[in-house]
Amino acid sequence: MSRHVVATTSEIPPGARKRVSVRGRAIAIFNVNGEYFGLFDRCPHQGGSLCGGFITGLVEASEPGDYVYTRRGEILRCPWHGWEFDIRTGHSVTDPEAIRARSYPVEIAQGGEVLERHLVAETVPVSVEENYVVVDV
Amino acid sequence: MSVTAERLDHQPEAASRIGIIDTDIHPYMKSPRDLDPYLSAHWRQYLSEYDKFVCGPYAARGTYPRFAPNTCRRDSWPPGGGLPGSDVDFMREQHLDASNIAFGVLEPLLNANIARNHEAAAAFCTAMNEWQKQAFYVPEPRLRASILVPQDDPAEAVKEIEARAGDPAFAQIQLGSKTSEPLGRKRYWPIFAAAQANNLSIGLHIGGTQNSAPSAGGWPQFYIEDHHMLVHSMQNQAASLILEGVFEAFPNLKVVMIEGGFAWVPTLGWRLDNHWKKMRTELSHLKRPPSEYLRSNLWVATQPVEEPENPEDLRQVFEWIGWDRIVYSSDYPHWDYDDPHTAWRIRLSDQEERMILRDNAMAVYHFR
Repeated sequence: MSRHVVATTSEIPPGARKRVSVRGRAIAIFNVNGEYFGLFDRCPHQGGSLCGGFITGLVEASEPGDYVYTRRGEILRCPWHGWEFDIRTGHSVTDPEAIRARSYPVEIAQGGEVLERHLVAETVPVSVEENYVVVDV
Repeated sequence: MSVTAERLDHQPEAASRIGIIDTDIHPYMKSPRDLDPYLSAHWRQYLSEYDKFVCGPYAARGTYPRFAPNTCRRDSWPPGGGLPGSDVDFMREQHLDASNIAFGVLEPLLNANIARNHEAAAAFCTAMNEWQKQAFYVPEPRLRASILVPQDDPAEAVKEIEARAGDPAFAQIQLGSKTSEPLGRKRYWPIFAAAQANNLSIGLHIGGTQNSAPSAGGWPQFYIEDHHMLVHSMQNQAASLILEGVFEAFPNLKVVMIEGGFAWVPTLGWRLDNHWKKMRTELSHLKRPPSEYLRSNLWVATQPVEEPENPEDLRQVFEWIGWDRIVYSSDYPHWDYDDPHTAWRIRLSDQEERMILRDNAMAVYHFR
Protein backbone atom coordinates (compact mmCIF):
# COMPACT_ATOMS: atom_id res chain seq x y z
CA MET A 1 0.00 0.00 0.00
CA SER A 2 1.15 3.52 -0.68
CA ARG A 3 -0.46 6.91 -0.16
CA HIS A 4 -1.26 9.02 -3.20
CA VAL A 5 -2.31 12.66 -3.32
CA VAL A 6 -5.22 12.76 -5.79
CA ALA A 7 -6.92 16.16 -5.40
CA THR A 8 -7.25 19.27 -3.32
CA THR A 9 -10.15 19.17 -0.85
CA SER A 10 -11.71 22.22 -2.53
CA GLU A 11 -11.99 20.29 -5.80
CA ILE A 12 -14.49 17.88 -4.20
CA PRO A 13 -16.97 19.85 -2.07
CA PRO A 14 -19.69 18.06 -0.01
CA GLY A 15 -21.98 16.00 -2.27
CA ALA A 16 -19.45 15.98 -5.12
CA ARG A 17 -17.32 13.18 -6.52
CA LYS A 18 -14.20 12.87 -8.66
CA ARG A 19 -12.76 10.03 -10.73
CA VAL A 20 -9.02 9.68 -10.24
CA SER A 21 -6.43 7.25 -11.51
CA VAL A 22 -3.86 5.74 -9.18
CA ARG A 23 -1.29 3.28 -10.55
CA GLY A 24 -3.59 2.60 -13.47
CA ARG A 25 -6.58 1.96 -11.24
CA ALA A 26 -9.72 4.10 -11.56
CA ILE A 27 -11.03 5.21 -8.17
CA ALA A 28 -14.11 7.30 -7.42
CA ILE A 29 -13.63 9.76 -4.53
CA PHE A 30 -16.79 10.99 -2.76
CA ASN A 31 -17.31 13.81 -0.25
CA VAL A 32 -20.16 12.90 2.10
CA ASN A 33 -20.88 15.92 4.32
CA GLY A 34 -17.17 16.72 4.65
CA GLU A 35 -15.93 13.13 4.97
CA TYR A 36 -14.07 11.60 2.04
CA PHE A 37 -14.40 8.00 0.78
CA GLY A 38 -12.87 6.06 -2.12
CA LEU A 39 -14.43 3.22 -4.14
CA PHE A 40 -13.01 1.18 -7.03
CA ASP A 41 -14.74 2.75 -10.03
CA ARG A 42 -16.22 -0.50 -11.39
CA CYS A 43 -19.55 -1.82 -10.22
CA PRO A 44 -19.10 -5.47 -9.11
CA HIS A 45 -22.20 -6.37 -11.16
CA GLN A 46 -21.35 -5.47 -14.80
CA GLY A 47 -18.63 -2.85 -14.44
CA GLY A 48 -20.54 0.45 -14.69
CA SER A 49 -18.55 3.51 -13.61
CA LEU A 50 -19.70 4.19 -10.03
CA CYS A 51 -18.41 7.76 -10.26
CA GLY A 52 -21.30 8.46 -12.68
CA GLY A 53 -23.82 7.09 -10.19
CA PHE A 54 -26.79 8.73 -8.53
CA ILE A 55 -26.33 9.72 -4.88
CA THR A 56 -29.35 9.11 -2.71
CA GLY A 57 -30.42 7.83 0.74
CA LEU A 58 -32.52 5.01 2.12
CA VAL A 59 -36.25 4.78 2.64
CA GLU A 60 -36.80 2.62 5.70
CA ALA A 61 -39.95 1.49 7.46
CA SER A 62 -40.50 -0.18 10.81
CA GLU A 63 -44.08 -0.98 9.85
CA PRO A 64 -46.35 -0.41 6.84
CA GLY A 65 -47.17 3.27 6.38
CA ASP A 66 -44.41 4.53 8.68
CA TYR A 67 -41.59 5.62 6.41
CA VAL A 68 -38.34 7.41 7.26
CA TYR A 69 -35.80 8.79 4.82
CA THR A 70 -32.36 8.09 6.26
CA ARG A 71 -28.69 8.20 5.34
CA ARG A 72 -29.22 11.11 2.93
CA GLY A 73 -26.25 11.47 0.58
CA GLU A 74 -24.59 8.24 1.77
CA ILE A 75 -25.99 5.73 -0.73
CA LEU A 76 -24.77 5.41 -4.31
CA ARG A 77 -26.76 3.84 -7.15
CA CYS A 78 -24.80 2.51 -10.13
CA PRO A 79 -25.70 4.50 -13.27
CA TRP A 80 -26.51 1.32 -15.19
CA HIS A 81 -28.75 -1.08 -13.27
CA GLY A 82 -29.27 0.89 -10.08
CA TRP A 83 -27.43 -1.47 -7.69
CA GLU A 84 -27.06 0.40 -4.40
CA PHE A 85 -23.89 0.71 -2.31
CA ASP A 86 -23.02 2.30 1.01
CA ILE A 87 -20.45 4.96 0.07
CA ARG A 88 -18.82 4.64 3.51
CA THR A 89 -18.02 0.93 3.18
CA GLY A 90 -18.68 -0.15 -0.40
CA HIS A 91 -21.07 -2.84 0.84
CA SER A 92 -24.20 -3.49 -1.23
CA VAL A 93 -27.45 -2.39 0.42
CA THR A 94 -29.44 -5.49 -0.53
CA ASP A 95 -26.73 -8.13 0.00
CA PRO A 96 -23.94 -6.55 2.08
CA GLU A 97 -22.18 -9.83 2.95
CA ALA A 98 -21.84 -11.18 -0.59
CA ILE A 99 -21.54 -8.06 -2.73
CA ARG A 100 -19.26 -5.06 -2.28
CA ALA A 101 -17.50 -2.42 -4.27
CA ARG A 102 -13.86 -2.35 -3.19
CA SER A 103 -13.24 0.62 -0.90
CA TYR A 104 -9.96 2.47 -0.40
CA PRO A 105 -9.00 4.40 2.75
CA VAL A 106 -8.95 8.16 2.20
CA GLU A 107 -7.42 10.78 4.49
CA ILE A 108 -6.97 14.54 4.39
CA ALA A 109 -3.46 15.97 4.70
CA GLN A 110 -2.20 19.53 4.85
CA GLY A 111 0.28 20.64 2.21
CA GLY A 112 3.14 20.82 4.69
CA GLU A 113 2.45 17.30 5.87
CA VAL A 114 2.29 16.02 2.28
CA LEU A 115 5.75 17.46 1.63
CA GLU A 116 7.18 16.34 4.96
CA ARG A 117 5.96 12.72 4.69
CA HIS A 118 6.96 12.52 1.00
CA LEU A 119 3.49 11.30 -0.01
CA VAL A 120 3.17 10.42 -3.71
CA ALA A 121 1.92 13.47 -5.60
CA GLU A 122 2.67 12.77 -9.24
CA THR A 123 -0.18 14.68 -10.83
CA VAL A 124 -1.21 17.21 -8.18
CA PRO A 125 1.09 20.20 -7.52
CA VAL A 126 1.38 20.64 -3.74
CA SER A 127 1.59 23.91 -1.83
CA VAL A 128 1.89 24.33 1.94
CA GLU A 129 -1.37 26.31 2.27
CA GLU A 130 -3.74 23.79 0.66
CA ASN A 131 -5.42 20.66 2.06
CA TYR A 132 -5.23 17.45 0.06
CA VAL A 133 -7.21 14.25 -0.45
CA VAL A 134 -4.88 11.26 -0.02
CA VAL A 135 -5.91 7.75 -1.02
CA ASP A 136 -4.24 4.58 0.21
CA VAL A 137 -3.77 2.08 -2.63
CA MET B 1 -11.49 -7.65 -48.37
CA SER B 2 -15.16 -6.74 -48.30
CA VAL B 3 -16.50 -3.75 -46.41
CA THR B 4 -18.19 -6.16 -44.02
CA ALA B 5 -14.99 -8.05 -43.23
CA GLU B 6 -13.09 -4.80 -42.73
CA ARG B 7 -15.63 -3.60 -40.22
CA LEU B 8 -15.66 -6.88 -38.34
CA ASP B 9 -11.88 -6.76 -38.01
CA HIS B 10 -11.91 -3.11 -36.97
CA GLN B 11 -10.32 -2.93 -33.53
CA PRO B 12 -9.84 0.44 -31.89
CA GLU B 13 -8.37 0.58 -28.38
CA ALA B 14 -11.24 -1.55 -27.04
CA ALA B 15 -10.53 -4.62 -24.95
CA SER B 16 -12.64 -6.79 -27.23
CA ARG B 17 -10.87 -9.08 -29.67
CA ILE B 18 -13.66 -9.33 -32.23
CA GLY B 19 -16.01 -6.86 -33.88
CA ILE B 20 -19.33 -7.25 -32.11
CA ILE B 21 -22.83 -7.06 -33.57
CA ASP B 22 -25.27 -5.31 -31.26
CA THR B 23 -28.88 -6.03 -32.25
CA ASP B 24 -30.52 -3.41 -30.02
CA ILE B 25 -29.49 0.25 -29.88
CA HIS B 26 -32.11 2.92 -29.25
CA PRO B 27 -31.87 6.18 -31.20
CA TYR B 28 -33.66 9.31 -30.01
CA MET B 29 -34.44 12.63 -31.65
CA LYS B 30 -32.57 15.80 -30.71
CA SER B 31 -35.81 17.76 -31.09
CA PRO B 32 -39.46 16.79 -31.67
CA ARG B 33 -39.15 18.67 -34.98
CA ASP B 34 -36.42 16.36 -36.31
CA LEU B 35 -38.93 14.59 -38.55
CA ASP B 36 -40.08 17.80 -40.27
CA PRO B 37 -37.74 17.49 -43.28
CA TYR B 38 -39.23 14.07 -44.03
CA LEU B 39 -42.93 14.92 -43.59
CA SER B 40 -45.33 16.51 -46.05
CA ALA B 41 -46.77 19.94 -45.24
CA HIS B 42 -49.99 18.17 -44.24
CA TRP B 43 -48.33 16.01 -41.59
CA ARG B 44 -46.10 18.83 -40.32
CA GLN B 45 -49.26 20.84 -39.78
CA TYR B 46 -50.88 17.81 -38.09
CA LEU B 47 -47.95 17.48 -35.68
CA SER B 48 -48.01 21.16 -34.80
CA GLU B 49 -51.78 21.04 -34.12
CA TYR B 50 -52.08 17.65 -32.43
CA ASP B 51 -48.65 17.73 -30.78
CA LYS B 52 -47.84 14.06 -31.24
CA PHE B 53 -48.92 11.09 -33.26
CA VAL B 54 -49.94 8.61 -30.56
CA CYS B 55 -52.62 8.48 -27.94
CA GLY B 56 -52.08 9.68 -24.38
CA PRO B 57 -50.83 7.98 -21.24
CA TYR B 58 -54.02 6.32 -20.02
CA ALA B 59 -54.53 4.32 -23.19
CA ALA B 60 -50.91 3.43 -23.70
CA ARG B 61 -47.93 1.98 -21.91
CA GLY B 62 -45.88 4.51 -20.05
CA THR B 63 -48.40 4.60 -17.22
CA TYR B 64 -45.66 3.56 -14.80
CA PRO B 65 -42.69 5.72 -13.72
CA ARG B 66 -39.72 4.09 -15.44
CA PHE B 67 -36.95 3.79 -12.78
CA ALA B 68 -34.53 6.14 -14.54
CA PRO B 69 -35.07 9.43 -16.42
CA ASN B 70 -36.14 8.63 -20.01
CA THR B 71 -35.57 4.94 -19.06
CA CYS B 72 -31.85 5.58 -19.67
CA ARG B 73 -28.49 4.93 -18.07
CA ARG B 74 -27.66 7.91 -15.90
CA ASP B 75 -24.25 8.22 -17.53
CA SER B 76 -25.66 8.23 -21.07
CA TRP B 77 -26.85 11.85 -21.20
CA PRO B 78 -24.63 13.55 -23.82
CA PRO B 79 -22.38 16.27 -22.32
CA GLY B 80 -23.41 18.57 -25.17
CA GLY B 81 -27.11 18.29 -24.24
CA GLY B 82 -30.04 16.42 -25.74
CA LEU B 83 -31.48 13.01 -24.93
CA PRO B 84 -29.38 9.87 -24.53
CA GLY B 85 -29.12 8.15 -27.91
CA SER B 86 -29.51 11.43 -29.83
CA ASP B 87 -25.82 12.36 -30.18
CA VAL B 88 -23.95 10.13 -32.63
CA ASP B 89 -20.51 11.33 -31.51
CA PHE B 90 -21.19 10.52 -27.87
CA MET B 91 -22.78 7.16 -28.76
CA ARG B 92 -19.66 6.35 -30.79
CA GLU B 93 -17.36 7.21 -27.89
CA GLN B 94 -19.38 5.66 -25.06
CA HIS B 95 -20.64 2.54 -26.78
CA LEU B 96 -19.52 1.75 -30.34
CA ASP B 97 -15.79 2.37 -29.84
CA ALA B 98 -15.66 1.41 -26.17
CA SER B 99 -17.20 -2.02 -26.84
CA ASN B 100 -15.80 -2.50 -30.37
CA ILE B 101 -19.23 -2.68 -32.02
CA ALA B 102 -18.83 -3.53 -35.72
CA PHE B 103 -22.53 -3.12 -36.50
CA GLY B 104 -25.36 -1.83 -34.36
CA VAL B 105 -29.02 -2.26 -35.29
CA LEU B 106 -31.19 0.74 -34.43
CA GLU B 107 -34.48 -0.02 -32.70
CA PRO B 108 -36.45 3.24 -32.51
CA LEU B 109 -39.20 3.09 -29.89
CA LEU B 110 -40.86 6.34 -30.86
CA ASN B 111 -44.31 4.99 -31.63
CA ALA B 112 -44.48 5.95 -35.31
CA ASN B 113 -45.86 2.49 -36.05
CA ILE B 114 -48.63 2.38 -33.45
CA ALA B 115 -50.67 5.49 -34.28
CA ARG B 116 -54.36 4.53 -34.40
CA ASN B 117 -54.64 6.73 -37.48
CA HIS B 118 -53.17 4.41 -40.11
CA GLU B 119 -52.43 7.18 -42.60
CA ALA B 120 -50.50 9.01 -39.89
CA ALA B 121 -48.69 5.79 -38.97
CA ALA B 122 -47.62 5.28 -42.60
CA ALA B 123 -46.37 8.87 -42.92
CA PHE B 124 -44.51 8.81 -39.61
CA CYS B 125 -42.91 5.41 -40.30
CA THR B 126 -41.62 6.67 -43.65
CA ALA B 127 -40.31 9.85 -42.01
CA MET B 128 -38.67 7.97 -39.17
CA ASN B 129 -37.00 5.54 -41.56
CA GLU B 130 -35.48 8.43 -43.49
CA TRP B 131 -34.51 10.15 -40.22
CA GLN B 132 -32.65 7.04 -38.98
CA LYS B 133 -30.74 6.88 -42.25
CA GLN B 134 -29.79 10.56 -42.39
CA ALA B 135 -29.18 11.19 -38.68
CA PHE B 136 -27.39 7.91 -37.83
CA TYR B 137 -26.32 5.72 -40.78
CA VAL B 138 -24.92 8.55 -42.90
CA PRO B 139 -22.60 9.96 -40.18
CA GLU B 140 -21.84 6.50 -38.68
CA PRO B 141 -22.25 3.58 -41.12
CA ARG B 142 -21.81 1.03 -38.34
CA LEU B 143 -25.34 2.00 -37.27
CA ARG B 144 -28.02 0.32 -39.39
CA ALA B 145 -31.68 1.31 -39.34
CA SER B 146 -34.86 -0.71 -38.82
CA ILE B 147 -37.63 -0.46 -41.38
CA LEU B 148 -40.59 0.75 -39.35
CA VAL B 149 -43.93 -0.22 -40.88
CA PRO B 150 -47.59 0.62 -40.10
CA GLN B 151 -48.34 -3.04 -39.37
CA ASP B 152 -52.10 -2.58 -39.13
CA ASP B 153 -52.16 -1.41 -42.76
CA PRO B 154 -50.26 -4.28 -44.42
CA ALA B 155 -50.52 -2.82 -47.94
CA GLU B 156 -48.75 0.36 -46.81
CA ALA B 157 -46.32 -1.73 -44.75
CA VAL B 158 -45.35 -3.74 -47.82
CA LYS B 159 -44.85 -0.54 -49.83
CA GLU B 160 -42.43 0.75 -47.21
CA ILE B 161 -40.53 -2.56 -47.08
CA GLU B 162 -40.16 -2.64 -50.85
CA ALA B 163 -39.00 0.98 -50.93
CA ARG B 164 -36.19 0.24 -48.43
CA ALA B 165 -35.19 -3.28 -49.46
CA GLY B 166 -31.69 -3.34 -50.92
CA ASP B 167 -30.65 -0.11 -49.21
CA PRO B 168 -27.66 -0.99 -46.98
CA ALA B 169 -28.84 1.62 -44.45
CA PHE B 170 -31.57 -0.83 -43.37
CA ALA B 171 -30.82 -4.07 -41.54
CA GLN B 172 -34.27 -5.46 -40.72
CA ILE B 173 -38.01 -4.84 -40.39
CA GLN B 174 -39.12 -3.94 -36.87
CA LEU B 175 -42.35 -5.09 -35.23
CA GLY B 176 -43.46 -4.72 -31.61
CA SER B 177 -44.40 -7.57 -29.28
CA LYS B 178 -47.76 -5.91 -28.59
CA THR B 179 -50.01 -5.78 -31.62
CA SER B 180 -53.72 -5.39 -32.35
CA GLU B 181 -53.99 -9.16 -32.82
CA PRO B 182 -51.34 -11.86 -32.33
CA LEU B 183 -48.81 -11.59 -35.14
CA GLY B 184 -49.51 -15.04 -36.56
CA ARG B 185 -52.94 -13.91 -37.83
CA LYS B 186 -53.28 -13.85 -41.60
CA ARG B 187 -53.81 -10.06 -41.70
CA TYR B 188 -50.06 -9.71 -41.05
CA TRP B 189 -48.90 -12.31 -43.58
CA PRO B 190 -48.26 -9.80 -46.41
CA ILE B 191 -45.56 -8.31 -44.18
CA PHE B 192 -43.93 -11.73 -43.73
CA ALA B 193 -44.19 -12.45 -47.46
CA ALA B 194 -42.42 -9.17 -48.22
CA ALA B 195 -39.79 -9.86 -45.58
CA GLN B 196 -38.99 -13.31 -47.00
CA ALA B 197 -39.06 -12.10 -50.62
CA ASN B 198 -36.60 -9.34 -49.81
CA ASN B 199 -34.41 -11.45 -47.53
CA LEU B 200 -35.04 -9.19 -44.54
CA SER B 201 -35.36 -10.49 -40.99
CA ILE B 202 -37.96 -9.31 -38.48
CA GLY B 203 -36.73 -7.65 -35.27
CA LEU B 204 -39.51 -8.31 -32.80
CA HIS B 205 -38.85 -5.82 -29.99
CA ILE B 206 -40.86 -5.62 -26.79
CA GLY B 207 -43.48 -2.87 -26.65
CA GLY B 208 -45.99 -1.67 -29.19
CA THR B 209 -49.71 -1.06 -29.20
CA GLN B 210 -51.46 -1.13 -25.84
CA ASN B 211 -54.89 -2.66 -26.38
CA SER B 212 -55.57 -3.91 -22.90
CA ALA B 213 -54.04 -4.21 -19.45
CA PRO B 214 -50.41 -5.30 -19.76
CA SER B 215 -51.06 -8.49 -17.82
CA ALA B 216 -53.62 -11.19 -18.49
CA GLY B 217 -54.56 -10.67 -14.82
CA GLY B 218 -55.35 -6.97 -15.19
CA TRP B 219 -53.52 -3.77 -14.30
CA PRO B 220 -50.56 -4.34 -11.97
CA GLN B 221 -49.41 -1.98 -9.24
CA PHE B 222 -45.72 -1.53 -9.97
CA TYR B 223 -43.29 -0.77 -12.81
CA ILE B 224 -41.40 -3.95 -11.90
CA GLU B 225 -44.52 -5.91 -12.89
CA ASP B 226 -45.08 -3.97 -16.10
CA HIS B 227 -41.41 -4.45 -16.97
CA HIS B 228 -41.52 -8.18 -16.31
CA MET B 229 -44.79 -8.74 -18.20
CA LEU B 230 -43.19 -7.76 -21.47
CA VAL B 231 -41.84 -11.30 -21.41
CA HIS B 232 -45.39 -12.64 -21.69
CA SER B 233 -46.10 -10.60 -24.81
CA MET B 234 -43.03 -12.13 -26.47
CA GLN B 235 -44.09 -15.68 -25.55
CA ASN B 236 -47.56 -15.03 -26.98
CA GLN B 237 -46.08 -13.81 -30.27
CA ALA B 238 -43.69 -16.76 -30.55
CA ALA B 239 -46.58 -19.21 -29.97
CA SER B 240 -48.85 -17.39 -32.41
CA LEU B 241 -46.25 -17.25 -35.20
CA ILE B 242 -45.50 -20.95 -34.80
CA LEU B 243 -49.02 -22.29 -34.28
CA GLU B 244 -50.70 -20.23 -37.02
CA GLY B 245 -48.27 -21.77 -39.49
CA VAL B 246 -46.31 -18.63 -40.45
CA PHE B 247 -43.08 -20.63 -40.75
CA GLU B 248 -44.74 -23.30 -42.89
CA ALA B 249 -45.93 -20.59 -45.26
CA PHE B 250 -42.63 -18.65 -45.10
CA PRO B 251 -39.95 -21.21 -44.27
CA ASN B 252 -37.07 -18.76 -44.78
CA LEU B 253 -38.51 -16.08 -42.50
CA LYS B 254 -36.19 -15.12 -39.64
CA VAL B 255 -37.53 -13.53 -36.46
CA VAL B 256 -35.28 -12.17 -33.68
CA MET B 257 -37.03 -11.75 -30.31
CA ILE B 258 -35.46 -8.74 -28.64
CA GLU B 259 -35.58 -7.87 -24.93
CA GLY B 260 -38.21 -10.44 -24.06
CA GLY B 261 -35.94 -12.66 -21.95
CA PHE B 262 -35.02 -16.16 -23.10
CA ALA B 263 -34.97 -18.69 -20.24
CA TRP B 264 -38.64 -19.40 -21.06
CA VAL B 265 -37.87 -20.52 -24.61
CA PRO B 266 -37.12 -24.18 -23.79
CA THR B 267 -40.18 -24.61 -21.56
CA LEU B 268 -42.42 -23.03 -24.21
CA GLY B 269 -41.11 -25.60 -26.66
CA TRP B 270 -41.65 -28.49 -24.24
CA ARG B 271 -45.22 -27.44 -23.40
CA LEU B 272 -46.27 -26.74 -26.99
CA ASP B 273 -44.82 -30.07 -28.16
CA ASN B 274 -46.72 -31.84 -25.40
CA HIS B 275 -50.02 -30.16 -26.35
CA TRP B 276 -49.35 -30.62 -30.05
CA LYS B 277 -49.08 -34.40 -29.67
CA LYS B 278 -52.63 -34.43 -28.31
CA MET B 279 -54.20 -31.66 -30.37
CA ARG B 280 -52.57 -32.13 -33.76
CA THR B 281 -55.96 -32.28 -35.48
CA GLU B 282 -56.43 -28.60 -34.69
CA LEU B 283 -53.05 -27.82 -36.27
CA SER B 284 -53.04 -29.98 -39.38
CA HIS B 285 -51.11 -27.21 -41.16
CA LEU B 286 -48.07 -27.79 -38.92
CA LYS B 287 -45.70 -30.39 -40.32
CA ARG B 288 -43.26 -30.43 -37.40
CA PRO B 289 -43.43 -30.20 -33.61
CA PRO B 290 -43.64 -26.54 -32.45
CA SER B 291 -40.20 -26.60 -30.81
CA GLU B 292 -38.57 -27.28 -34.17
CA TYR B 293 -39.72 -23.90 -35.49
CA LEU B 294 -38.15 -22.30 -32.43
CA ARG B 295 -34.87 -23.82 -33.59
CA SER B 296 -35.23 -23.01 -37.29
CA ASN B 297 -36.90 -19.61 -37.57
CA LEU B 298 -36.61 -17.80 -34.23
CA TRP B 299 -33.61 -16.25 -32.50
CA VAL B 300 -33.31 -14.60 -29.08
CA ALA B 301 -31.33 -11.48 -28.19
CA THR B 302 -29.48 -11.68 -24.88
CA GLN B 303 -30.39 -8.48 -23.03
CA PRO B 304 -31.52 -8.32 -20.27
CA VAL B 305 -29.51 -11.45 -19.64
CA GLU B 306 -30.92 -13.95 -17.18
CA GLU B 307 -28.89 -13.98 -13.95
CA PRO B 308 -29.48 -17.33 -12.22
CA GLU B 309 -28.42 -17.78 -8.61
CA ASN B 310 -25.91 -20.37 -9.73
CA PRO B 311 -24.27 -18.65 -12.75
CA GLU B 312 -23.43 -22.00 -14.38
CA ASP B 313 -27.16 -22.71 -14.83
CA LEU B 314 -27.08 -20.18 -17.65
CA ARG B 315 -24.94 -22.59 -19.67
CA GLN B 316 -27.69 -25.20 -19.42
CA VAL B 317 -30.27 -22.67 -20.65
CA PHE B 318 -28.03 -21.78 -23.62
CA GLU B 319 -27.64 -25.49 -24.39
CA TRP B 320 -31.41 -26.00 -24.35
CA ILE B 321 -32.08 -23.02 -26.61
CA GLY B 322 -29.17 -23.85 -28.95
CA TRP B 323 -25.94 -21.86 -29.16
CA ASP B 324 -26.72 -20.85 -32.74
CA ARG B 325 -30.02 -19.16 -31.76
CA ILE B 326 -28.56 -16.49 -29.46
CA VAL B 327 -27.46 -12.99 -30.54
CA TYR B 328 -25.99 -10.23 -28.38
CA SER B 329 -27.95 -7.06 -27.66
CA SER B 330 -26.98 -4.13 -25.41
CA ASP B 331 -30.18 -2.02 -25.23
CA TYR B 332 -27.92 1.07 -25.13
CA PRO B 333 -28.66 3.70 -23.79
CA HIS B 334 -31.44 2.24 -21.63
CA TRP B 335 -30.82 1.66 -17.94
CA ASP B 336 -30.93 -2.12 -18.24
CA TYR B 337 -28.04 -2.04 -20.75
CA ASP B 338 -25.84 -5.18 -20.93
CA ASP B 339 -22.08 -4.95 -21.44
CA PRO B 340 -20.86 -7.53 -24.00
CA HIS B 341 -18.03 -8.73 -21.74
CA THR B 342 -19.53 -8.67 -18.27
CA ALA B 343 -23.23 -9.45 -18.82
CA TRP B 344 -22.88 -13.18 -18.23
CA ARG B 345 -20.88 -14.61 -15.38
CA ILE B 346 -20.00 -17.89 -17.02
CA ARG B 347 -16.79 -18.37 -18.94
CA LEU B 348 -17.60 -18.93 -22.61
CA SER B 349 -15.24 -20.72 -24.97
CA ASP B 350 -13.82 -18.54 -27.77
CA GLN B 351 -16.16 -20.23 -30.20
CA GLU B 352 -19.24 -19.74 -28.01
CA GLU B 353 -18.34 -16.09 -27.52
CA ARG B 354 -17.83 -15.54 -31.25
CA MET B 355 -21.20 -17.13 -32.00
CA ILE B 356 -23.13 -14.96 -29.54
CA LEU B 357 -21.27 -11.71 -30.08
CA ARG B 358 -20.95 -11.92 -33.87
CA ASP B 359 -21.43 -15.02 -36.00
CA ASN B 360 -25.05 -15.87 -35.19
CA ALA B 361 -26.14 -12.33 -36.05
CA MET B 362 -24.20 -12.53 -39.33
CA ALA B 363 -26.41 -15.49 -40.27
CA VAL B 364 -29.56 -13.43 -39.68
CA TYR B 365 -28.72 -9.90 -40.88
CA HIS B 366 -27.12 -8.88 -44.14
CA PHE B 367 -24.73 -6.01 -43.59
CA ARG B 368 -23.39 -4.57 -46.83
